[in-house]
Amino acid sequence: MAHLARLARIDLSDAELDHLAPQLAVIVESVAKVSEVADDDVPPTSHPLPVTNVFRDDIVVPGLTAEEALSGAPDVDRRRFSVPRILGEEQ
Amino acid sequence: MTPLSPADVTTMSASALADALVAGDVSSAEATGAYLDRIAAVDGAVHAFLHVDADGALATAAEVDRRRAAGADLHPLAGVPLAVKDVVATQGLPTTAGSRLLQGWVPPYDATIVARIRAAGLPVLGKTNMDEFAMGSSTEHSAYGPTHNPWDLDRIPGGSGGGSAAAVAAFEAPLAIGTDTGGSIRQPAAITGTVGVKPTYGGVSRYGLIALASSLDQAGPVTRTVLDAALLHELIGGHDRLDSTSINAPTPAVVAAAHRADVAGMRIGVVRELGGEGYQPGVRARFDEALALLTGAGAEVVEVSCPHFEYALAAYYLILPSEASSNLARFDAMRYGLRVWPEGKPEASAEDVMLATRAAGFGDEAKRRIILGTYALSSGYYDAYYGSAQKVRTLIGRDFEQAFTHADVLVSPTAPTTAFRLGEKLDDPLAMYLNDIATIPANLAGVPGISLPSGLADEDGLPAGFQVLAPATHDDRLYRVGATLEALLADRWGGPLLDRAPVLTGEVLA
Repeated sequence: MAHLARLARIDLSDAELDHLAPQLAVIVESVAKVSEVADDDVPPTSHPLPVTNVFRDDIVVPGLTAEEALSGAPDVDRRRFSVPRILGEEQ
Repeated sequence: MTPLSPADVTTMSASALADALVAGDVSSAEATGAYLDRIAAVDGAVHAFLHVDADGALATAAEVDRRRAAGADLHPLAGVPLAVKDVVATQGLPTTAGSRLLQGWVPPYDATIVARIRAAGLPVLGKTNMDEFAMGSSTEHSAYGPTHNPWDLDRIPGGSGGGSAAAVAAFEAPLAIGTDTGGSIRQPAAITGTVGVKPTYGGVSRYGLIALASSLDQAGPVTRTVLDAALLHELIGGHDRLDSTSINAPTPAVVAAAHRADVAGMRIGVVRELGGEGYQPGVRARFDEALALLTGAGAEVVEVSCPHFEYALAAYYLILPSEASSNLARFDAMRYGLRVWPEGKPEASAEDVMLATRAAGFGDEAKRRIILGTYALSSGYYDAYYGSAQKVRTLIGRDFEQAFTHADVLVSPTAPTTAFRLGEKLDDPLAMYLNDIATIPANLAGVPGISLPSGLADEDGLPAGFQVLAPATHDDRLYRVGATLEALLADRWGGPLLDRAPVLTGEVLA
């Protein structure tokens, strides 16, 4: 559970792990029911409608300005998104 | 003729208000003002809205009145105000999806449906409350506090779109936009005695909706009458080149179908698997009565079986969390939304900041589902969980295909029970998930569905809902059946069900 939370990039406290882990165990047990009817000869469905790739002509259309794109950013530096350092100490 | 009072304006249907606007009996500025006053009076108790945009709504109303006076050719709904679920991007208006992660976020663009609404001249009253990122069936998972059911303020309004449903039920808006991933339009409609439609998947653009599960999400109308739903459906529906899953065909003739309101010769299939054990007696009684009325109107009722529906809930709670865990990965504290630095780590890395932000920004239900989805998609478990769920999805699609060879539409109660008390199921996720047992199959198969009021359950005097499902792209059938049943029930009741809702005094809850 702690490993999954880490993979999902959510820092869970011990109290939260204790609270959520039993609930998730019950849910997982319940949803495992799908394997009862998922026979080999049944094809999977990922999408409700049979759509294929949709293309448009390769022409420039108006988009957001830099100011608009940056308007919700937690931090901006010289018209760019400012982010924490990407590499950890071990890299 | 006596002039219309503010109470007349806020209790009339959207289509009646549209007619009154055209006739000049009331101006859009007056109607919008009446709704804003109503919101000010009762929303302290109901909490349907997260944000009210009085200035913007009144500005749009004044503009529509000016254009109407100048003889402009206006959309039939021009000047009729509307509320928008907070999961839909609205340029210049806060859009939080009920999450702390997006507190204060103001989108720099409009969702396609909002652009269409604005172009048609409907004043946007504000944004409605919802379960965080549309995950929930009670609106209790909102980071900003629950919405209260106008029928009983101690009870849930359904979810995730409890805010939109409560807003129309409490006469705070004549129209609202909802989104339905597993029942989030239809179940709140049933719980609040209102009308909600989930169109065919791809029938309404998803561009600008904050995605929960992209293969299931669909926006649609939340209203007080079937005709109002059709009018709003026609306005927001239709192809959008900005949504690659949008159906490239005209919207079915839903308004004509609502006017036609005729079921003579229609085959109505009762789904055996949706309505037995676990359904409250009063909900079943109202359903059976509704069915008898439709039979009396010339429909033929047949029983159909969809044997794999019993696996729908399990498949849904694998597919939805899987897609959600992927979609919500975008909330990474970099380009918009909350950014939380871990305590005592000024040199934290981007990953550390992500971990701390998502821990602080997501509520319990979002965390549960993201972790569940991460598990279902992880190597070694993918085939057993996500893979099997996708196969069940195929089987459910086949069940629908088979059922629709015997019936033109399928029907069931919308939700197994009436509104439960706030807090009752908050820490029992499985019990909460069961509320959507009858609505989820439609999302998995992409077919359209409507919920309309079937009456009040005898046990508790609370509203129950009647669901109609149609084959994909045949949304018009929902309106034929819905409008017929609505008229028959109104005759029986001597008026709309909402006439019996308790009067809201406007007192703020202690």
